[in-house]
Amino acid sequence: MLGLNNKDTKLLIVVAVLTLLAPFILNPFPAGSAMAQFNAGYPDLMQRFVIFGIFAIGFNILFGLTGYLSFGHAAFLGIGSYAAVWIFKLFTYNVVPAIALAVIMAGLFSVIIGYVSLRRSGIYFSILTLAFAQMSFALAYSVLSNPKFNLTNGETGLQVYADDLQMFHREGLPDLPHLFGLSMRSTYNLDIGAWSFSFNAGYYLCAVVLMLVFYLSIRIFRSPFGLMLRAIKSNQTRMSYTGLNPRPHTLAAFVISGMYAGLAGGLMAAMDPLAGAERMQWTASGEVVLMTILGGTGTLIGPVLGAGFIKYFENIFSKINDSILHEWFAFLPDGLENFMVFIVHPFVGKGWHLTLGILFMLVVIFLPGGLVEGGQRIGKWIKNRGKAKDSGATTEPAE
Amino acid sequence: MGILEVKDVGKRFGGLQALGDVNLSVKENSVHAIIGPNGAGKSTLLNCLVGKLIPDTGSVMFDGQSVLGRSPHEINQMGISRVFQTPEIFGDLSVMENMMIPCFAKRDGSFRMRAIENTMREKDVVEKAEAMLVDMNMADKRHMNAASMSRGDKRRLEIGMCLAQEPRLLLLDEPTAGMARADTNNTIDLLKQISDERDITIAIIEHDMHVVFSLAQRITVLAQGTPLVEDDPENIKGHPKVREAYLGETAA
Amino acid sequence: MDGLILQILNGLDKGSAYALIALGLTLIFGTLGVVNFAHGALFMIGAFCAVTISKILNISYEVIDPNQTDFLGNPLKVKTPYVESWFGPEMGASIIDWSVPLAILLTIPVMMLIGLIMERGLIKHFYNREHADQILVTFGLAIVLQEIIKYYFGANPIQTPPPEALQGVANVGAAIGMDLPYPIWRIVYFCFSLGIIGAVFAFLQFTTFGMVVRAGMADRETVGLLGINIDRRFTIMFAIAAAVAGLAGVMYAPINPPNYHMGMDFLVLSFVVVVVGGMGSLPGAVLAGFMLGILESFASTTWATTTLPGINQIIIYLVAIIVLLTRPRGLMGRKGVMEE
Repeated sequence: MLGLNNKDTKLLIVVAVLTLLAPFILNPFPAGSAMAQFNAGYPDLMQRFVIFGIFAIGFNILFGLTGYLSFGHAAFLGIGSYAAVWIFKLFTYNVVPAIALAVIMAGLFSVIIGYVSLRRSGIYFSILTLAFAQMSFALAYSVLSNPKFNLTNGETGLQVYADDLQMFHREGLPDLPHLFGLSMRSTYNLDIGAWSFSFNAGYYLCAVVLMLVFYLSIRIFRSPFGLMLRAIKSNQTRMSYTGLNPRPHTLAAFVISGMYAGLAGGLMAAMDPLAGAERMQWTASGEVVLMTILGGTGTLIGPVLGAGFIKYFENIFSKINDSILHEWFAFLPDGLENFMVFIVHPFVGKGWHLTLGILFMLVVIFLPGGLVEGGQRIGKWIKNRGKAKDSGATTEPAE
Repeated sequence: MGILEVKDVGKRFGGLQALGDVNLSVKENSVHAIIGPNGAGKSTLLNCLVGKLIPDTGSVMFDGQSVLGRSPHEINQMGISRVFQTPEIFGDLSVMENMMIPCFAKRDGSFRMRAIENTMREKDVVEKAEAMLVDMNMADKRHMNAASMSRGDKRRLEIGMCLAQEPRLLLLDEPTAGMARADTNNTIDLLKQISDERDITIAIIEHDMHVVFSLAQRITVLAQGTPLVEDDPENIKGHPKVREAYLGETAA
Repeated sequence: MDGLILQILNGLDKGSAYALIALGLTLIFGTLGVVNFAHGALFMIGAFCAVTISKILNISYEVIDPNQTDFLGNPLKVKTPYVESWFGPEMGASIIDWSVPLAILLTIPVMMLIGLIMERGLIKHFYNREHADQILVTFGLAIVLQEIIKYYFGANPIQTPPPEALQGVANVGAAIGMDLPYPIWRIVYFCFSLGIIGAVFAFLQFTTFGMVVRAGMADRETVGLLGINIDRRFTIMFAIAAAVAGLAGVMYAPINPPNYHMGMDFLVLSFVVVVVGGMGSLPGAVLAGFMLGILESFASTTWATTTLPGINQIIIYLVAIIVLLTRPRGLMGRKGVMEE
């Protein structure tokens, strides 16, 4: 179907079903219950899952296929956001031109940055992209926000004001980003018994975009171009001596992944019409690296899983405070309860980043293939166990 | 006029004269061996031919065109393929994928963006790669990870990948170095077969005299960066200068 | 003229910090072949050693002084640091006053220990893995270290004053008839840095240990073949690099009140310094560190920032990009070192 083989089609269908039914899947607990804190089915968070999923899918096209580790991809995300907000300010709140310009601008910048950075490989490439991203951050944060020429509005962030031009804005259109009149904030709440599910227009726009770009990334992975990118990662010497020029290949991959980042940035602005420089900081670039590695570099589904995983646990962990911890450990004797709270405390709430850092190190050290590899290992183990019970055989046939 | 004409090529590394006035002419559809003791400049010469190094002086013409100043992939697209001393293959990819890459390079040139097409549905490339695997006697290994093969198989795959590009000149850099006797003989047979069946010129750098004398139709002896003598194998064997410079050493 | 020299002086303190961190990074690059993204965190931990010492020295007991009362008329609680009660008020006060220089004594063993644990416990297992993996795991470690510091010391910068005698401003140009007011502590920092840089170079140049390390930097495999246990020396080298970063940090605390993310801020710039100086070149790292520090200082003048707003924030990156494009190996990089 759609030019994919069976396995890829199945994967695409799974992703489609998961994203479309996310409002149900992510809200498994009744609204008022104690477990409701583990629900993630509210529009804002779901949008973040999907947007960072798109960002990570794009990053994976570069890092997963070619092995070039960019530490500056957040710059393109930021550029996308700024471009989109400028469309909102000057022309219209319609998200289509905004997202289109976001992708184009990110593409242009990635051509320039990629052209320069890709003249070097390895660590040099990582450091060059890092330098470019930090420079972009400094530009956005201070240089381009002086009174004479205010492109980014500095610390406050770029946003839409009532006296902005908005040339094509008409009466009757929502005063917020919209898709031909459908406000991105419009949400339909469905209450079934104690459960409550929200269906948000913005989320569904992001979800549709995610499915499209996920499909595109499958096509790229399975294409001759994708094969060439994997060849670059595997052996650049053989690549050149096979008559293939590695540089335009890597540049194309860099630009595609930059455009994915721009798309994510544009969507971010479309959900909430403002853009700030902090989106471009290198910690933000680090975050997408974390997502991709955690999910599984070079796999199709990994980046999406990683993005969802990190954003979900960021949300849950950040909400946990001492009183919740005391509730959890209430079944223990008092002293032990306090001790457990004391132990767990540094890792939750504001300590989420500590947990993330440790988790990340563990993944790099023990599970370089990320969650996907973890899943495969568990799958194999279960299969083996099943076999052992059935037939008494103890080992898998060698592959 | 040979297909490869090397004229007065010289190369210095700092104070070391690695190559000095090398002249070499490789006849089309022949097997030409370049031999010489360690440090004679064989590898430097080879690197000058494929674009990895640029000689300080002289010219290298392939089929009437200069290769100097071109990058390795351009020279490769002109029709020169290179086999390395340690097999350079795409270790992370499957054998079939390894074989498809040169087929794509032959068909699409050094860069063509085909990001939407499905690799396995490019019928012509798939068929050609499969035929090549059959030729190389490794059709049963097509799904194997290339890095997990034996050294002999890697060498075979690398030669196959080079042939898939239908080069006019195949350069081999000590193709049997570090191989067991049986693997060496297999490689000799393979190269003989290639040279007999295909319209191809082979230039080979080799240490192993057994390999050289079973394959070469013409031999150039390099010593200290300059060609000592160029002649047919039978004459090389008895040549006093060669004995002194090279064979004497190995015989002793 | 005075202004020119003043700007150069102003660049020296930051330049010293860059140079010291870059020196450590280069040592680790060169010897272990590892890209250490956690090196900035080591600098930060050094700075927090100063904070810790000053906190420890200020640990006090409270006594109720019946002779003094607060404004409500209650007897006043008077805090006396233990140090003052042990060594006498004067001696004690001056020990507290000199807490930052004293912290050096703590920093060296602490940093070497951290370096040792890091290398043996983590980095060692990454020698044969891809550079990307090394970057990633040390990046993760940097996050962890920084979050631990944040947990214990909070997110706000902590003021750590230098000793009173070294506060204030001196006119360093007096001897040559110029007016160059310059904070004394910064002079101290600069001299201190030069001392450390000198010590590291002397150590590498004049000791057998240093000779082996230098040889190892040039050609690791061959040295390994000589039967020299290069790994253990490299472990020690890592510990030394960690100590250098820590020392750079501990003395920097009075200049820039330590906060948990200062390591990352300096790390990014120090990487740029290493790349500009030439990967694997120790003199290059030092030279580029001072150069970029001074350049940054020039770009921060009112003249520069009014002509090109924000130029001070991007100048280093711009220079790095230009250098890398025109001299891909950096200013003093050697062929074949960390090239791929």
